[in-house]
Amino acid sequence: MRGLSVADFWLILGSIRWTVALAVSALAIGSVIALVIAVARTSRLPWLRLLARVYIELVQGTPLLGVLFLLYFGAPMLLGIEVNAFTAAVVAFSLSAGAFLGDIWRGSIESVAPGQWEAGACVGLRRIQVMRYVVWPQAARVAIAPTVSYLVQLIKNTSLAALVGIVELTRSGQVVAGSTLAHLPVFCAVAVCYFVICYPLARLALSIEGRMHAARAH
Amino acid sequence: MAYQVQFEALTPYVGELAQGLLHTLAYAASSIVLGMAIGIGGAIALLYGGKLLRGVTRVYVEFFRNTPALVQLFLIYFGLPALGLRLDAPLAGVISLALYCGAYMVEVFRSGLLSVPRGIAEAGAALGLRHRQVLMYVLFVPALRNVFPALSSQMVLTLIGTSLISQIGVEDIFHAGSFIDSRTFRSFEVYVVICAMYFVVVQMLRIALGFVQRRLFGEPGGR
Repeated sequence: MRGLSVADFWLILGSIRWTVALAVSALAIGSVIALVIAVARTSRLPWLRLLARVYIELVQGTPLLGVLFLLYFGAPMLLGIEVNAFTAAVVAFSLSAGAFLGDIWRGSIESVAPGQWEAGACVGLRRIQVMRYVVWPQAARVAIAPTVSYLVQLIKNTSLAALVGIVELTRSGQVVAGSTLAHLPVFCAVAVCYFVICYPLARLALSIEGRMHAARAH
Repeated sequence: MAYQVQFEALTPYVGELAQGLLHTLAYAASSIVLGMAIGIGGAIALLYGGKLLRGVTRVYVEFFRNTPALVQLFLIYFGLPALGLRLDAPLAGVISLALYCGAYMVEVFRSGLLSVPRGIAEAGAALGLRHRQVLMYVLFVPALRNVFPALSSQMVLTLIGTSLISQIGVEDIFHAGSFIDSRTFRSFEVYVVICAMYFVVVQMLRIALGFVQRRLFGEPGGR
């Protein structure tokens, strides 16, 4: 056992970049999945809607930790390949982000008045053009606040990566706490780091939502 | 040689899995009940409390919603003994989950109480009911009806969130999973089964909550 030093805090601060890397990667890949899911959920084809719904239900009905362990411990056995921890974590978080964001974006698309689809069709736009030029721009405005709000969940979820050994914020806290036995100050510092990242995002989501309501009231 | 998927390899451990599931359900139920109590208390504190009480509640809600549940769990289980508060793992797990769930529940109940038109509370007061009676007999039911869907999804999230407590050694379903994994080396089958068990329990909870909602408040939308 040794005392807590300044170097320990630099280690914790430095590990934030892995938390950010995980969150950004999962957001990027998750957004692509979410777009596909949102379009499938609002499609005219019943089987496509069902497929997207099954995906959302499956992901939202199972713990992210289970999916992560399945990918990290289970997939290498099944496929006979090495899966490194970072890949497993990014895939797990992306699958989860895809389902949650997909569901949020579906709601945003559905919030656009059905008359808008009809109006687009009336002026001779094809369905894909109506989507691209009429519905999506309006849906995107609605989607911003809940998407930023989900980003907070995503960043908090990256803490699970600690459990497969990625030295991101939570894991670096475990490492430092393990060697100094100063669990209380170390985990407080880790919590404060998350708070400093997440709280401004949560406020931002609230203020965007407030502005949207104000805009609609006029 | 290709890997042979053998779920039969887990049959000797059905007892462990079932017991783990029972523990998980018990921890989830305690956390949800405690979390709802915190939520109701916190919402009342935010809406009717003095300045200090409101401030403390706000700090609690924002801290617990903007930090990961896993870090809170470590803070409570490993950190609090430094302050002389040594909790055993299951208690620390339940308290941690309840505090996390409670922070969200505060917001749910607060928006519920705010969603009831002001005139209804005034009508209660006009009938000569005390403030506390208005809250209990007049505001609470319509508030609960308005936020029941949000309440339900928070309960489901708390049930799923129990998966973390195995990380401080609580003997839940994941704990059973890693034990079986270490005996059989069947990680794939073990975690597929665990995910499937959670999925089934989550669907059952959703159906039960839908049933409760219909019994209490009738069909959603129509009254």
